Amino acid sequence: MIASIIVYGLVNSAILALIAIGFSLTFGISGVANFAYGGFYLFSGYLTWMLLKYLGLPFGLAIPIAVLATGLLGFLTYWVILLRVRGIVLSEVIATFALGVGMLEFFRWKGFVTYEFTLPYFAKGTVMIAGVPLDYQRLIIIGIGLALVLFLCLFTHHTRIGLSFRGIAQNERTAISLGIESDWTAALSLALGSALAAVAAIAILPLGIISINVGYDVLLIAVAVGIIGGLESVAGILVGSLILGYAQVITGMYLAPEWTMVVYLAAIVVVLAIKPSGLFGKFKELEERV
Amino acid sequence: MRYRKERLDRGIKARCEDIFALSSWREILYLLLPRAVPVLGLLVFPLLKGVVGLYWEKVLVITCAIGLLALSWDLMASVGLVSLGQALFFGAGAYIAGALNQAFGLSPLITIPMGTLGGALFCTLLLFPVLRLRGVYFAIVTLILPLLFGRVIETTKVLGGTEGMSGLSPLPGIWFELYVPVVALLIALFGFRRLINEDYGLVLQGIRDNDRAVMSGAINIYKFKAQAVFMAGVVGAFSGAFMTHYYQFVGIPAFALDYSILPLTCAVLGGVGSFAGPTLGAFILVPLSEVLRAFGTLRVVFYSAILIICVVGLPEGVFHYIQRKYHQFERLVEVE
Amino acid sequence: MRETILRVEGLSKRFGGVVAVEDVSFELKRGELLGVIGPNGSGKTTLVNLITGFVKPDSGRVIYQGRNITGKMPYRIAELGIARTFQMVRPFYQLPAYKNLIIPLYSPRVRRLRGGKYGERDDVAVDLLEEVGFERDSFVPYKVAASLPHGYLKRLELARCLALRPELLVLDELFSGMSMSEVASTLPIIERLNEEGLTIIMVEHRLRELFRVADRVIVLNFGRKIADGPPQEVMESEEVRAAYLGSEAES
Repeated sequence: MIASIIVYGLVNSAILALIAIGFSLTFGISGVANFAYGGFYLFSGYLTWMLLKYLGLPFGLAIPIAVLATGLLGFLTYWVILLRVRGIVLSEVIATFALGVGMLEFFRWKGFVTYEFTLPYFAKGTVMIAGVPLDYQRLIIIGIGLALVLFLCLFTHHTRIGLSFRGIAQNERTAISLGIESDWTAALSLALGSALAAVAAIAILPLGIISINVGYDVLLIAVAVGIIGGLESVAGILVGSLILGYAQVITGMYLAPEWTMVVYLAAIVVVLAIKPSGLFGKFKELEERV
Repeated sequence: MRYRKERLDRGIKARCEDIFALSSWREILYLLLPRAVPVLGLLVFPLLKGVVGLYWEKVLVITCAIGLLALSWDLMASVGLVSLGQALFFGAGAYIAGALNQAFGLSPLITIPMGTLGGALFCTLLLFPVLRLRGVYFAIVTLILPLLFGRVIETTKVLGGTEGMSGLSPLPGIWFELYVPVVALLIALFGFRRLINEDYGLVLQGIRDNDRAVMSGAINIYKFKAQAVFMAGVVGAFSGAFMTHYYQFVGIPAFALDYSILPLTCAVLGGVGSFAGPTLGAFILVPLSEVLRAFGTLRVVFYSAILIICVVGLPEGVFHYIQRKYHQFERLVEVE
Repeated sequence: MRETILRVEGLSKRFGGVVAVEDVSFELKRGELLGVIGPNGSGKTTLVNLITGFVKPDSGRVIYQGRNITGKMPYRIAELGIARTFQMVRPFYQLPAYKNLIIPLYSPRVRRLRGGKYGERDDVAVDLLEEVGFERDSFVPYKVAASLPHGYLKRLELARCLALRPELLVLDELFSGMSMSEVASTLPIIERLNEEGLTIIMVEHRLRELFRVADRVIVLNFGRKIADGPPQEVMESEEVRAAYLGSEAES
């Protein structure tokens, strides 16, 4: 019993972390909350599906194409739309939000919900871990999750863009000023975040069908993990996804699967009441506004 | 013979405050007409229900409901809070009113005010911790809270669950049904406009534009933000509570994304910060969306497109554009 | 002996890897005019932010009139009577100059101090502007802030502070960007305020003007205090000269 909780909790946490990383990365580097995240997630899924179905591309080719295409989409979103409204919180938020909803509802209208869209597994088969059956796909997801977290750690400690994720400034003047990143950094952060969304989508969507609700759920998850763990730290993503992941599995087993949503809500309300910027969130109240 | 375009201001005397506005009938009418005509039109429209048909009266009520939400959005935007979840206020008011009605059988005349105040209080308390954080956090939280509430109700089956609560008490009479939302809309519109023009409104806008300057002026910006959220909450929750009894039903759709996106689009289209703009936007978009009902979910794509275009291309909104055209006119002038 | 109005003990702050302020301490007596000088990047503005609550210190304390105000919210500190100007002036551009003052006049502190005879905020605002050098009985206070030259905007900043009826005024490079004549006309206003009993801290680069009015001067370099005393004494110190020779000093 315990073993299955641990294992399934880990799987769930990995899924949540995968989903949350892209959103968190974009926000942490450039302060842009990419509300179109759910739309990008589904976009990459559909694109992969179409590449496989209509162009008959092998899986190994379709994946990188889809990831790059989604990254490009993120990049373009910045240059075409966000560039003109940068710095105006109102317009930034509305623009990405509208884009996301527009994409999702467009997909819905196009009828993407009536077909059974699935992506193939990476590998089929199961393995036993500590007496708990685990299929390869989920195992791979855990692997990808760990790899991405590792990548994130290295990235945020050793590259300039990554350092800005941790809010490390080059000198006092940069630290004190509002520090709106150069446009290139921001655009790249969007590209990176979107590409990660695609990676997550391709890994996770095989577990179910591609449906529009998934798009909204993904945004919900990314935001929930961010709120609970703190949007701008690697530790935050880890902790947030672990907490939510295990909470979900435990409530699913002992109460009922439907209660997981309540857990989300309760966790968010509690975190908001106690430490609004998230458990590992930097207390970004005044410090950056000087 | 060469010409250039010249833009002139009209009626400058009338647009100054004070006594000049009363200096002649022409000035008075100039100022009064754009305000009086829509107001009178709104007040008279319900009387025409025999002529126009019940369908359009229904559209009027929904327009007012959305208009109220748009106004509440605009108030929060005026203090710098971008809300992606007006549905939170709407749903809170709706459910409180509905629950009180179903559980205790209280009449709508009691449940609506209680839903309004209760909803506003609930939302203000919920959002209070987020007021200290960066603007984007507020947007993020308001986005997911209504969605989450909807899911929670759906899964835990409280408050009627997926089926919602139906068979609730109706509103007392057709005139009540038609006039209360209209009057509420007008009160909110003119009330908020008055508020923004007073010194209090100056403080709110100051918080939006430069909160550290306001803070160094010994003003507790969080208190003011909370007040703004509460006032916006009252208007939004009223809309929800009223509509609960209008439909005699409340369910998960009360927290739907529609009630967040549509007011937002109305406000952006109409002109953020002007209060008259969001109202105008509501009167454009809601009837339009009724007409476009056949297109189903493509309407939302349509709203999204409008939003992006307006935000990037026409940030001032329709209302400011019209206002500018009313106050100024262009003419071709010969160049010597 | 005049009482101590402000005591700063061991304030330190670092941003990321950079030390902005390190272990700065000083005392300020009521009615003093204290100058804070130092080369660029020496931590002067950070010090101001630390005292006025815009930045939380890593360590150290700020005691104002016996109260520990370390790390309190800026509006609480302003409520207690400390007003500050901002180096980068950002008024509300689309509002007339006098309307810019309405906001501090709206605060509970002002309501408390000006008491029953509160009067119209608009009139009080115009009076304040004329006090800081806007032409009397002219339309200048009514001009939109965006149309005013930089010197006027700086004076508007000053007026914004005075609206609060502060007991301690912190000026962060008030004279930067002002022409010689503007400085010449604003300096007497500062002098007068100080003579009337207002305690002032002035962060400045323009040493000549500062030394004319300052009772005492402290010098910061790389975040540390390297001198503290009357202006002449400080300028004669070897260490101070070395610090300034290492970087450009405007005077």
